[in-house]
Amino acid sequence: MIGTLVRIGWLNLKRDRAAQALTFLLPVLFFSIFASVFGGQGGDTTSSIRVAIVDEDRTDASRRIAGAFEKETALRLRKTADPDETDAAPLDRAAAEALVREGTVPVAVIIPAGTEQQIAGSGLVGVKLTLLADPSDPIAPQMVQGLLQKAIMTNAPELTITSGLQQFEKFIGMTEAQRQAIDGYVAQLKSGDAASTAGASGAMAGFTIDVVNVLGGSGQAEDLVAFYAAGIGVMFLLFSCSAAGGAMIDEVDSGTLERLIGSRAGMRGVLIGKWAFIAMMGFLQLTVMFLWGWLVFGLDLWSHIPGFVVMTAFSAAAGAALGLMLATASRTRAQLSGLSTILILTMSALGGSMFPRFLMSETMQKMGLVTFNAWALDGYLKVFWREAPLWALWPQVAVLSIVTIVLLTAARLFARRWEVV
Amino acid sequence: MMPLAVRGARKRFGAVQALDSATLELRPGELLGLLGPNGAGKTSLIRAIAGRLRLDEGTIEIGGQPVTPGVTRPELGIVPQELAVYPNLTARENLEVFGALYGVPRADLAARVTRALEHAALTDRAAEPVKRFSGGMKRRLNIVCALLHEPRIVLLDEPTVGVDPQSRDRIYEMLADLRQQGVSLLLTTHHLEEAEARCERIVIIDHGKVVASGSLRELVAQSLGSARVAVIRASRPFEPAPALPAGAELDADGRTIRATVDAAASSLPELTRIASVHGGGIDDISMHGARLQDVFITLTGRELRE
Repeated sequence: MIGTLVRIGWLNLKRDRAAQALTFLLPVLFFSIFASVFGGQGGDTTSSIRVAIVDEDRTDASRRIAGAFEKETALRLRKTADPDETDAAPLDRAAAEALVREGTVPVAVIIPAGTEQQIAGSGLVGVKLTLLADPSDPIAPQMVQGLLQKAIMTNAPELTITSGLQQFEKFIGMTEAQRQAIDGYVAQLKSGDAASTAGASGAMAGFTIDVVNVLGGSGQAEDLVAFYAAGIGVMFLLFSCSAAGGAMIDEVDSGTLERLIGSRAGMRGVLIGKWAFIAMMGFLQLTVMFLWGWLVFGLDLWSHIPGFVVMTAFSAAAGAALGLMLATASRTRAQLSGLSTILILTMSALGGSMFPRFLMSETMQKMGLVTFNAWALDGYLKVFWREAPLWALWPQVAVLSIVTIVLLTAARLFARRWEVV
Repeated sequence: MMPLAVRGARKRFGAVQALDSATLELRPGELLGLLGPNGAGKTSLIRAIAGRLRLDEGTIEIGGQPVTPGVTRPELGIVPQELAVYPNLTARENLEVFGALYGVPRADLAARVTRALEHAALTDRAAEPVKRFSGGMKRRLNIVCALLHEPRIVLLDEPTVGVDPQSRDRIYEMLADLRQQGVSLLLTTHHLEEAEARCERIVIIDHGKVVASGSLRELVAQSLGSARVAVIRASRPFEPAPALPAGAELDADGRTIRATVDAAASSLPELTRIASVHGGGIDDISMHGARLQDVFITLTGRELRE
């Protein structure tokens, strides 16, 4: 008897391709995606951090510091307003801050005026670099601080040595012969002949770093609430839109779709009507999510209403179009369920709904841009983290609008099979 | 001018000839029964009339105007076999949404919905979600949803399937009311007795072709002529099945012989002898004029189609 029941199960599985895919293919697919996202795979295992650098001192010493940073492979420096134009004007503090604010770079380093004098007077100890940081990326500023120390040690050891010897000479004193020997060695270090064997391992570079949050958020926990409200909200928007789109398949089975198509609405009207409803439902769903974030987690919703409305409207519109496209492409509810689960979870993983994209490798970040989630989330982050003005949302709005149009067109084409044959 | 005329309709799906020069006419105010075995082409024909099937050849005219594929004509009301209503909406809400979609003027909608509810005997249950309705109530609602825009031609695909005799009677009363208003009705059904009793004319379609059409009397004349049908039930099943004369067949129960007999006197003795010798005697013997069932089997055969 048990053998017979096992046989029934086996025969059903053998003849159900969708069930086979969900059972065997989906886990492997998700394993691969998550391994790529969290394991830093995808081509660039040597992910570097983008850093803007502003040299306000413009002296030999400050150039040495900037040069040391430039040699650090883990950092990708941007020194000019136009990254493609090496002769362009060097960045100033305001331009660097704007780059951080708009999310082009997560960190900007300011070498302040008077740095050379500080080094001449009291060595690196008196130097105070400023780090303009984007709090939406909590990792980059920490890493950059450490890398700056390392860069000075490794790439400009003479600065550290000079600084230490100045202190030594000031408090203890040196003979002329000693000073000449040291000057010769420092010259060697400057020219690079001494390689990186400066013997500075374990020592501190001496300068201090002042980290400034340029976005002025009221707190990291609150910022993360905005991220998760958007991330989870967009993922569930896609799930609910796909489920609502599935009503089309139920209507095919029940015969109501036939009745609707035969009415004055026609197939085009039916699709537009359904899209409008699903988009409204999605808008409401995201609104409930953010209202809950405000009510329970203190999310600052009310001072971001215009941006929230714009992003929610365009995200819901695109989500609804995706739901309709999936429904019209599927022959059965089971097919829709399998297809939408695979697609939505993949897009959510790649697009940053589950794990922030800025923490992924650069290749994965770029791959994420093919997903709906990435654009929607980028828009929400602009609104809630970067305090971006409405016009700054145009790339996200444009992409989501194009996605909506393309998906609706695809849905219209798929739906032709329900019309005249 | 006929409300509906189909001429030489042909449609092929791959290897299957769904419609093969099918021709029929629907007259003003008549109830025309469209019969045929499963897969005979009934649904294809209905879909073509509704503008949902592009013919390879042939024409369909409604009120003298050709049907354009992709366009459902407003003169047409379509009652699908499926219960094409929203189960979570009330009867009134279903009627309101379908009325609006089918172009009923806003000013008339409430009055037409009320009339439709009365027509379907659903006034008392108008505010209830349809999912709580019985099968018969849903069927009646399914019909009136297609009538709100006051079509002149109504296509009904198996409108009485799965309902009790009371609901069936009510549905035919509704159809009779429509005919009185001059509405022409084309109905498909597998209930041959219903078609025999209710339809003015009958069209039998098989393999995409119209194989016979006319009143029952005309169909009998076309297929069986003046023959009568003899039914002889033996006392026990035949074992083994006996050799039967031409025109006689053994029913599925294995002991009833059904035969069309032109000259009863010459055929009956042989049939009764077979039943007596091989069937252990005769339990019952009857003769009747040809019925629609006999015509249908004669024209379309006994073999299963699917």
